[in-house]
Amino acid sequence: MSEGILQPDKPEALEGDNRDLFSKFDDVIALREGLLAQGREDPFNLVMEKVLSPTRAICNGRETILLGTYNYMGMTFDPDVVEAGKQALSDFGSGTTGSRVLNGTYQGHKECEEALREFYGMDHAMVFSTGYQANLGIISTIAGKGDYIVLDIDSHASIWDGCAMGQAEVVPFKHNDIEAMEKRLRRIPEGAGKLVVLEGVYSMLGDIAPLKEMVAIAKKYGAMVLVDEAHSMGFIGENGRGVVEDAGVIDDVDFIIGTFSKSVGTVGGFCVSNHPKFEIMRLVCRPYVFTASLPPSVVATAATSIRKLMHGSNKRAHLWENSRALHKGLRDLGFKLGTEEAQSAIIAVIMPDLEKGAHMWEALIRGGLYVNLARPPATPANMTLLRCSLCAEHSEEEVGQILEIFEKAGRETGII
Amino acid sequence: MDRAEVDAKIRELAEPFNKKGIEIKEETTFQNDLEFDSLTVMDFVAEIEDEFDIIISMNQQAEIENYGQLVDAVHKLQADS
Repeated sequence: MSEGILQPDKPEALEGDNRDLFSKFDDVIALREGLLAQGREDPFNLVMEKVLSPTRAICNGRETILLGTYNYMGMTFDPDVVEAGKQALSDFGSGTTGSRVLNGTYQGHKECEEALREFYGMDHAMVFSTGYQANLGIISTIAGKGDYIVLDIDSHASIWDGCAMGQAEVVPFKHNDIEAMEKRLRRIPEGAGKLVVLEGVYSMLGDIAPLKEMVAIAKKYGAMVLVDEAHSMGFIGENGRGVVEDAGVIDDVDFIIGTFSKSVGTVGGFCVSNHPKFEIMRLVCRPYVFTASLPPSVVATAATSIRKLMHGSNKRAHLWENSRALHKGLRDLGFKLGTEEAQSAIIAVIMPDLEKGAHMWEALIRGGLYVNLARPPATPANMTLLRCSLCAEHSEEEVGQILEIFEKAGRETGII
Repeated sequence: MDRAEVDAKIRELAEPFNKKGIEIKEETTFQNDLEFDSLTVMDFVAEIEDEFDIIISMNQQAEIENYGQLVDAVHKLQADS
């Protein structure tokens, strides 16, 4: 990367008519227009006119089963959670209008961090305004110029952006490949700072990382380990602490990153850690300092929801039943899936290409089912995926209905 | 290993990725001439890293546009390691 501080890069000549800084998006614009020209409903412009429950909404005028919201534990309409938010809105107002380090830390922010410390059994918890900022902030702050970050090639955008912002040397390895990870750690020059970044659940295919082996190797080479548990909090592991708990390595990881916008059911992000110097992050982490803190109602709903998730073992069990039932049902219908068996609450259905994927997505939405359409470059190996994320509030009957809609749409579009 | 040996080895590793059999010169670019996409780059880089037991970080990759620059970088990295 060019250091170009003293002089700007040589400007590239703009060619043709009406060329400007937006010309670089012309390919994406053409792709999108091509899809819409075939009369398809726009998969990236869905409007939910009314939300009836964690699993039902009126979308584009139709009553729709929601199967792509990451609302894994169905906390968004929990009466205690909603009540806590209303109370905080009345007592503390609509927003803090300030940074966490100035006038933006209210009692509710401290209570939310207290709930996180208890949930994970860790010494420190730091709440960010979004999950994206939690990864961006922690990674860019701890791994700087001259340090090395070893990470999975399928990492989330917020992890890549954190790596770029911190200017560390970035060394990716093939997805979930333990040997490839070890080789890269072994080659890092002696004395360099090392951070290994992993995710518990990879959200595109819904597969989990072999954390037991990977964390042991990272420790063997003296690396710090950060695990993003965004897609596992609340239902993987005995206490819902994530894949790190399930794999028995929670005490060996240095940082867990998470979000409030999935199982917790609101918005926000966090990092928990046992590192004795962790609190200094509050002063040196720019995405924490230079933004307004979460509104009081949001941290109140988050804290209430986190405390309820500690006792959510029945819901966890039902969510797993749903996930396994959907996986088996889709496989029996002949769909190609992202994993051999259900490893998380995400079931990814692999489409032959973007055009067929968009066609299938549209057949599903017309049939009353919402799933996520994921396409390159967000997907691994340039796949087009229909990603289903289950909710603990989906009933057994609803899973049956979902399979019927999939079968009908699959036959209509010739995918099965 | 001298530069010519590094060159010969990388040429060998590049062959299976060079699907259209394009002649590789010093100034041949990976993105435009060889049409490598990001996945191909990852696999190709991993093969070179394993062969020479080196790390070519993403930051270093960003500075490498053509074949000659790659041979120079690998030659330097394996000499330093």
